[in-house]
Amino acid sequence: MIKILDPGPQTTVQDLGRTGQMRYGIPPSGPVDRSAFLLANRLVGNPDTAAALECTLLGPRFDMTAAGAIAVTGADMPVSVNGRDAAGWTTIALKPGDVVKLGAARSGVRAYIGVAGGIDVPLALGSRATYLRGRVGGLEGRALRKGDELAVFACGPVTMRRVPPHAIPDYTGEPTVRAILGPQDDRFTTAGIRALFDGRYEVLPQSDRMGSRLRGPRIEHARGHDIVSDGIALGSIQVPGDGQPIVLLVDRQSTGGYTKMATICSSDIWRVGQARPGQSIRFQQIDVEEAHRLLRESDTALEAAVREEIA
Amino acid sequence: MRFLPAGDLAVCVELGEAISVEVNTRVRALEFLVQQKGLTGVVETVPAYSSLLVYYDPRAVGYEPLCAAIAELVPQATTAVLPPPRTVELPCCYDDPGLGFDLAAAAQRLELSTDELVRLHAGAEYLVYFIGFTPGLPYMTGMPERINIPRLDTPRTKTPPGSVGIGGIQCCIYSVESPGGFWILGRTPVPLYDPGAAEPTLLRPGDRVRFRPIDRREYDTIGAAVAARSYQPVIS
Repeated sequence: MIKILDPGPQTTVQDLGRTGQMRYGIPPSGPVDRSAFLLANRLVGNPDTAAALECTLLGPRFDMTAAGAIAVTGADMPVSVNGRDAAGWTTIALKPGDVVKLGAARSGVRAYIGVAGGIDVPLALGSRATYLRGRVGGLEGRALRKGDELAVFACGPVTMRRVPPHAIPDYTGEPTVRAILGPQDDRFTTAGIRALFDGRYEVLPQSDRMGSRLRGPRIEHARGHDIVSDGIALGSIQVPGDGQPIVLLVDRQSTGGYTKMATICSSDIWRVGQARPGQSIRFQQIDVEEAHRLLRESDTALEAAVREEIA
Repeated sequence: MRFLPAGDLAVCVELGEAISVEVNTRVRALEFLVQQKGLTGVVETVPAYSSLLVYYDPRAVGYEPLCAAIAELVPQATTAVLPPPRTVELPCCYDDPGLGFDLAAAAQRLELSTDELVRLHAGAEYLVYFIGFTPGLPYMTGMPERINIPRLDTPRTKTPPGSVGIGGIQCCIYSVESPGGFWILGRTPVPLYDPGAAEPTLLRPGDRVRFRPIDRREYDTIGAAVAARSYQPVIS
């Protein structure tokens, strides 16, 4: 059992997300940074489908009522156990009564806490992921509060592992994300398309799990910014009439009526979700085949990242 | 027909560019066929007015083979393949200005009496083109041309769930509290989205919807039954 002593501003239970519900207007939810989420689970020997915690900017403080193991990945939040520093990106063994605290993120936005066994909350529409706006999944469809208790599934002994330093992502600086033109690139002028790929776009504070709002060189439409509403994919770069892009994330609306110039590839979308307000993003154009190649590379890198066992 | 990449995990299959029953029927028929055939690598589908967004797993299928497999199904995507539609009857209280707060203004704008506006609105059968934007929110048309009305000049920031509104040729029912630019004629006590229910959303793409005018008393009675989880929506 995990007992929440201090939840942090927005800590939610997430698994890989729900499928098959977007045709009813319910988004997939799940982790904003899927790679970091997978590593948090793999470091504690969980299947990828196990539920873990996603923390935003500032982590929670909690105690474990039974012995177990956790791993913290994602945003660089200082981790301590009973007041003593502990390492991120590594398996941490815990004794009953240990108090774990995650501090404020030094870089990145979202950290993940994998818990050996996985967090045991009821399945809602086939998933344990929290969808805050829809009040569904996770713990009562909401972010965690002080005093919440989370059950953990039983599991066998956990092999201690760590992600080698070179495989830990850097969340600072000005990330470049790769994007595929479409579906509505024909609704923009050549100058509008060039603006996106030549400019730098700053992340605005009004960003959340639904989408990241960006500000930068104005993107020019060729003929109107409204379309007949259609489905919105993960990573869609939606450009309303003001010419400023919004990148849609895991809690996005399932459909919408604004033009979408391009779509960030799945192996790079985490970079947007980990960019803090004030950080800038650059875009680079690729095609679908290249994106699929990058996804295979990313899958392989994630497999390799948890091979290292520690004493 | 066009295939438009929507990133590396989805493709948008565009069957038209306008809002029409004919195109939308083909979209829903194509979705039905894609699901029924169990195309390799397809993860989920999202129909909209005139396009189908197909999510896929690129580890299981490439972009070109997937598009080719979908293209093969397009010629068969007609009304004939679709199962018969459901008709959902939604009780709607029009006669309380606290619920249908734009009814009088909309009637005035349309130069109709409020009774005539209600009769025209409740007399029509609506087609759910698709569900989207918020959980369970139906995009519908079917209103008589006589009540075609431009959307509100200034959208309101909050519209209560259950509000039934009109704008242009569309009819909309808000599923959760959200901003909106529709004229609100009434409110249904039946939730379109109930996160605590086994099936949280009431309506599905392709459903037909009919509104049954009710008075405030019946609105409250149904509302109480909904709260007690004893209300059964009328679906045929």
